[in-house]
Amino acid sequence: MSVAGRKLLRKISWTDMTNHLINRGSSEHGYFFREKLGCYYATLCGSLIILLTVVMVVFITMKGLAAFTGKHPLSVLEFLGSSHWQPDDTVPHFGALNFILGSVSVSGLAVLLSAPLAIAAAILIAIIAPGPGEYFFRPVLEMFTGIPSVVYGWVGLSLLVPWIRIHFGGLGFSLLAGSLVLALMILPTITTLATDALVALPDSYREGSYALGATRWQTIYRILIPAARSRILIGVTLGITRAFGEALAVQMVIGNTIRIPDSLLNPMCTLTSIITMDMGNTVMGSAWNNALWSMALLLLLITFGLILLIKKLGNQDLEGNNSHA
Amino acid sequence: MLKSKGQPAKNARLLKFRPAFAVDKVVTYFFYIAGFFLVALLFFFVGYIIYMGRESLNLGFLIRPPRFMEKGGGVGPQLFNSFYLLIISLIFSIPIGVGAGIYMAEYAKPNGITKAIRISLETLSSLPSIVVGLFGLLVFVNLTGWGFSIMSGAMALMILNLPVITRIAEESIRSVQLSLKEGSLALGATHWQTIWKLILPVAVPGILSGVILVTGRIFGEAAALLFTAGMSSPPLNFADWNPFHSISPLNLFRPAETLAVYTWKVNSESLVPDARQIADGAAAVLIITVFLVTILARFIGKKLQKGNAS
Repeated sequence: MSVAGRKLLRKISWTDMTNHLINRGSSEHGYFFREKLGCYYATLCGSLIILLTVVMVVFITMKGLAAFTGKHPLSVLEFLGSSHWQPDDTVPHFGALNFILGSVSVSGLAVLLSAPLAIAAAILIAIIAPGPGEYFFRPVLEMFTGIPSVVYGWVGLSLLVPWIRIHFGGLGFSLLAGSLVLALMILPTITTLATDALVALPDSYREGSYALGATRWQTIYRILIPAARSRILIGVTLGITRAFGEALAVQMVIGNTIRIPDSLLNPMCTLTSIITMDMGNTVMGSAWNNALWSMALLLLLITFGLILLIKKLGNQDLEGNNSHA
Repeated sequence: MLKSKGQPAKNARLLKFRPAFAVDKVVTYFFYIAGFFLVALLFFFVGYIIYMGRESLNLGFLIRPPRFMEKGGGVGPQLFNSFYLLIISLIFSIPIGVGAGIYMAEYAKPNGITKAIRISLETLSSLPSIVVGLFGLLVFVNLTGWGFSIMSGAMALMILNLPVITRIAEESIRSVQLSLKEGSLALGATHWQTIWKLILPVAVPGILSGVILVTGRIFGEAAALLFTAGMSSPPLNFADWNPFHSISPLNLFRPAETLAVYTWKVNSESLVPDARQIADGAAAVLIITVFLVTILARFIGKKLQKGNAS
């Protein structure tokens, strides 16, 4: 027991015991009243979190479904399957396929760029150089997880976009710029989680493998990576979740032209960027605005899907570990 | 030793070139290159930002109000708004977050409610911040009639903070030694007395460093604030500290553009000729503040841990 803790304990026992002896009847009532009150307060806070989540999901769902009901209902098929987006025509069209494909391609590409480097760095930090890993790499990564996404967007805008324009042609505002910015943004997240996954493995795996005469690399790719697979994938999935939901950093560099993403160097548009740009310019309750809310709902549903995937991977990890033990 | 001396054939076999060893060496170098590439990338990133913003890093830029259509504006009100919003949102989220943390660590039984809270926390913590902002627009801006205001922004930030603060509070409370708790209960203290007077004070360092980390995160948050705290900053009179006056900086129901939102806005729709320079400066201020806050969190966490252990 720590000294500070023991001191506290002594203080409590004195003050409370003396209080207790001085006015027995009334303070006993006070103790149990407070006991109940404390329990209620904690329970209330817990319930508040459930309430908040439920209210949030219900509100966004209701608002998101408004476009599909009402006087001129939009068909779900058209919304998800058509790329015809003409919100201000006399006969408006709200096909969101452009944005869905845009979001999927930009976040997918970002993870493809980022995950290999992140996992390689994690192997270095966790296994090859654990000393500097703990004292140098980890704190550095922790710092970088906190960099605001607007700053990533700004660097993309002022450095990456002109660079792409000069070296690859085009406008510079492009799918490539968007995914590079996102890749850099999720790099620290994936690296940290993959490092945790590798560090959490029992030492006996490594020792057993070395004892059998395997080299370090053989141990890494035959034993350690497969053993930590589920948890590394959790890190990668969290990276995708973050990339998919990122709004401003992407919006700043991707060009926001409404089109099917067909080339790395063409500007395009994502679900988050169109919401960011149009939500403020449209009237609440109009068909255009409702379509934007439907996209927010879609964003929410895809995030839920990714959370479920993470949970499933987590269960796999637990089962795997139990069978190993 | 002696035995191997007598078996030269075996030694020779060991010294022979083995591809597995060569591969191991090459791969190790590769990993070092990958690791240092990553660190170099991140350092280049920060170096670039601070280098670009070096001219704006002076007191004048930090306290001057922005100007329209002319050069020389600063980020004074935005910086103030960022901190003010942060404090207001922490005032709301710390009591609730710590309360929920106490519930999860001390009262939660393995039943449906506990499971529901866990799922809710996971959901809240992985929601895209723009969705949180949209929810804020729906409920805090429109439904309650607060409009684009500090209050709406603080509520949206609270939703982002709550899962983190709850998790950190729960972890810190769980890590308090069981013997302390048992000792207190054995002395006849009630459960709540034990929590309030013993467990919480011991858990404070953990909670505090977690709260500071959250601070760094929400200081740079912009997407959730676009549609809640608004994208405009009305002229403020920094001599008027009555929170009920409409031009007072303390007024809770005025629109408040934060530094992160301003950085975004200046980049996308610039009405000033030196927009580029302002954006450079604002980005540098943002990143330096976040770094200072992170270092502070680590420092306080370490210091208080030491104080506790001695």
